[in-house]
Amino acid sequence: MHHLLPLLVAVPLLGAALLAAAGRRLPRPAAELTGLLVCAATAALALVLLLNSSPPVVEWAGGWVPVGGESVGIEVIGDGPSLGMATLVSLLTLSALAYSWRYFDEPPRGHAGSFPALMLVFQGAMCGFALAGDLFNAFVFFELMSVVAYALTGFRIDEAKAVQGALTFGVVNSLGAYAMLTGIGLLYARTGELSMSKIGRGLDTAAGHGGPDALVLAAFVLVLTGLLVKAATVPFHFWLPDAHAVAPTPVCMLLSGVMVELGVYGVWRVYGTVFAGPGGIPAADLTRALVTLGVLTAVTGAVMCWYQRHIKRLLAFSTIAHTGLFLVAVGVLTPEGDDGAALYILGHAGVKAALFACAGALLDRFGSVDEHELHGRARELRATGVLFAVGGLALAGLPPFGTGLGKAVSEEAVGGPLTVVYVLASAVTAGAVLRVAARVFLGLGPPPEDTDAYETSGSAERPETSGLLRRVPDTMTTVPAVLLAAALAMGTVPGFGDLVARSVNEAGSGGARASAAWTLHGVLLGLVSAALAVALATAAVTRSHRPSAPAWMTPLRRLQSGHVGDYVAWLLLGSTLLAALALPGVLGG
Amino acid sequence: MSRRLRLWLLAVGGAGLAAVLAAACLELPGFGGRSHPYGTRAVRASLARHTANTIASVNFDQRAYDTLGEMSILFAAVLGCVVLLRQARDEHRERPRPAQVARPVRRYALLVVPAALVCGLYIVAHGQLSPGGGFQGGVVAATALHLLYLGADYRALERVRPLGAFEATDALSVCAYLVLGLAGVLAGTAFLANTLLPYGTFNTLSSGGFVPLLNAAVGMEVASAVVVLLANFLDQAVEIVEEEAG
Amino acid sequence: MSALMQVLPYLIAAYVFLTGCYGLATSRNLIHAVGCLSVCQVSTYILLLAVGYRSGGTAPVFSDIKPGTRPLVDPVVQALTLTDIVVGATVTALLLALVLQIVKRHGTLDPDELRELRG
Repeated sequence: MHHLLPLLVAVPLLGAALLAAAGRRLPRPAAELTGLLVCAATAALALVLLLNSSPPVVEWAGGWVPVGGESVGIEVIGDGPSLGMATLVSLLTLSALAYSWRYFDEPPRGHAGSFPALMLVFQGAMCGFALAGDLFNAFVFFELMSVVAYALTGFRIDEAKAVQGALTFGVVNSLGAYAMLTGIGLLYARTGELSMSKIGRGLDTAAGHGGPDALVLAAFVLVLTGLLVKAATVPFHFWLPDAHAVAPTPVCMLLSGVMVELGVYGVWRVYGTVFAGPGGIPAADLTRALVTLGVLTAVTGAVMCWYQRHIKRLLAFSTIAHTGLFLVAVGVLTPEGDDGAALYILGHAGVKAALFACAGALLDRFGSVDEHELHGRARELRATGVLFAVGGLALAGLPPFGTGLGKAVSEEAVGGPLTVVYVLASAVTAGAVLRVAARVFLGLGPPPEDTDAYETSGSAERPETSGLLRRVPDTMTTVPAVLLAAALAMGTVPGFGDLVARSVNEAGSGGARASAAWTLHGVLLGLVSAALAVALATAAVTRSHRPSAPAWMTPLRRLQSGHVGDYVAWLLLGSTLLAALALPGVLGG
Repeated sequence: MSRRLRLWLLAVGGAGLAAVLAAACLELPGFGGRSHPYGTRAVRASLARHTANTIASVNFDQRAYDTLGEMSILFAAVLGCVVLLRQARDEHRERPRPAQVARPVRRYALLVVPAALVCGLYIVAHGQLSPGGGFQGGVVAATALHLLYLGADYRALERVRPLGAFEATDALSVCAYLVLGLAGVLAGTAFLANTLLPYGTFNTLSSGGFVPLLNAAVGMEVASAVVVLLANFLDQAVEIVEEEAG
Repeated sequence: MSALMQVLPYLIAAYVFLTGCYGLATSRNLIHAVGCLSVCQVSTYILLLAVGYRSGGTAPVFSDIKPGTRPLVDPVVQALTLTDIVVGATVTALLLALVLQIVKRHGTLDPDELRELRG
């Protein structure tokens, strides 16, 4: 069975290559059907492998099984988290492809297959990254998914915003990737290995009885810089809203739903395998670094989310806020924290993809994603409106949605004052979504006044279909409905939480077991968040005569300047911050 | 953010990172050291499989899975550039004008085209024996064609460069690499396992099992990918024209 | 070898990386910025190759030397560098394609003048 692991990369790539080869001859429906079938086949394979991943399996690409503990090959990991991420990637790609069925106005002339082919490469790359057990291999797939993502983000070349957002995305993420590669070079110099587990052991051997030294710290900072850029952690996050606001909707579903989360997954994997030993970074330092950055990310994301009027940008900032919450849960380094983050990521993927799908329907029906301009105009889109509102409540962590379960388990794991961050960040982001739902789909409250604030409005956008749609096609309402139903099922199917917890803990946490089920405490906090979100939305809708953002917001907004030089400066500052946060363990060691 | 503020941020961040990097450099093993455990193992494995060029063995045998990712990046970049550099709504194509080229340039270019082409193919073919291989030779072969653009004009280049065929070759080479990899799975070993063909006589063209085949697939892919990439950029420069407003 | 020579190649790699970052952050031209990104990447080549060097070592290619007669430099980092070069070239191509479209849509190459996305 383990020989099939690399097929999760090979099958989508093969599909993409065939589509590109036949692209000139293939009519569009045939190309899209091929894309769907290949994607579905990969998803089925990932699911089968996931169900057989206990105990975890390891595959050596090229058949270079270690002899005497030494191998020259590449390790591919098939445990619960890696295959779980691969399954999530595949299912989400499948729904994005289904959503985009006959969706773009005009594929490039003579290249009908290029969009599904790029999506398949994206899928294969993300699966490859999830399964990577070799640090350099992880870098290669990291770059592959980045390259595809740049191209997909800039897909609508007629849009001035799209090409700018894609370039910013490209520069910042590539710089992060090169930082990561520098870190890999340092680790290779110290240990002479590339496989993550071997590097981890090598660091422990090299450290002897002493602790980590400056080289380990630098490698840690550089590798994490790459991964945290992908995970859009403050202050590495600036690229994300710019890219998400402009990428085609099906691509946004993937970027927000799973690519960003792969950054968090990468942090979990790399820390647990490479840096968790006595020669790595002490647990207290990692916790300090991740919890600090995570809280900062959650707060910044939530505040910025609340003051957006561009609906896709609003959703993008909500992704940032939630990624912060995932990082905090991973950062506390307990089995419960891992379980909570895993469940939260699964639930969030469904909900966020559904919300983006609804925003895409607005864009194609009205040619705008501006909350102010669309005030009351979308009353006719009842189904989309209901889905959007339900998605908002699910985002708040309303029981029994999967997001609620993940949030509850995470809150239990982090405990104490950090719980407040979870409740507030989810309530504020969900409140913003509900506010949009109330204004756009119900026309509640007075129309907000326009100000000449420093912001991106989202009006006068070009729809992604040929001309404005007269009605929203069924695929564009069915897909979000199915995604929300899946998020609901994750919280309601009995035993799902424990199943996820078991497979996560089997792979990490040193065999410790934790259960992940609803508790009274968790249900209550979920209800509090949802109630708070509704209250915030109501307050915003009924009293809109105030200026759209208070004065103290202006400096914060000005940081999001769209200037690639600013973002690079922040990236350097962020890696310095990361080093400062992890420094005490190195000095003490 | 103002330029001054950005410079301050940059100074703080850069100084911090510089300190971290410098401290790490002082802890690195001295330049030119003897200990390279992975490298030593790679040389041994390469010799065991009769591949004279160890780097080719690492690329196409030991870490062939990385190379799959690498060629997919190139493949994705080609797809991406085709998409990003397509003709936009407000643009049209114009036929390129014939160009006058100085006679010595013309003669020299036409003389060098076949030599450069053969050179590229040679580097691809001897990838598992001597320095070079699919990536390096592919680039040489692809750029050789573009000497026609310098020596004659864009129309001449277009005549020897059927873009559809090159795009298909690019994609089919990726298919070939994957199919060779899948052969290992079907045979019951592992993906990209180099165990199906005899390893041949050391230091001959047919040595190394799958290495020459994967190398050839990469060579074809790189050559056609570079042609398509350059074609897209050249089209932007030569053929695609923005329509005048109004 | 002197003590300085023991670390100099690594320090150069670090210096090149930071220089590239400086160029990126202060760039007034997007083509120049993409070039600066390549500079950052070049630092990784320097680092990898420096890590793999062995004093007196030769290329790990046996078409003209007998195995075991000479010390060899690390072949793995060379393969990694090759991968890295391909990655860098393709990323540069894609980013330049995006820059080309930016010039068409925004009419400028100066990042200070791109004002579509903010706040």
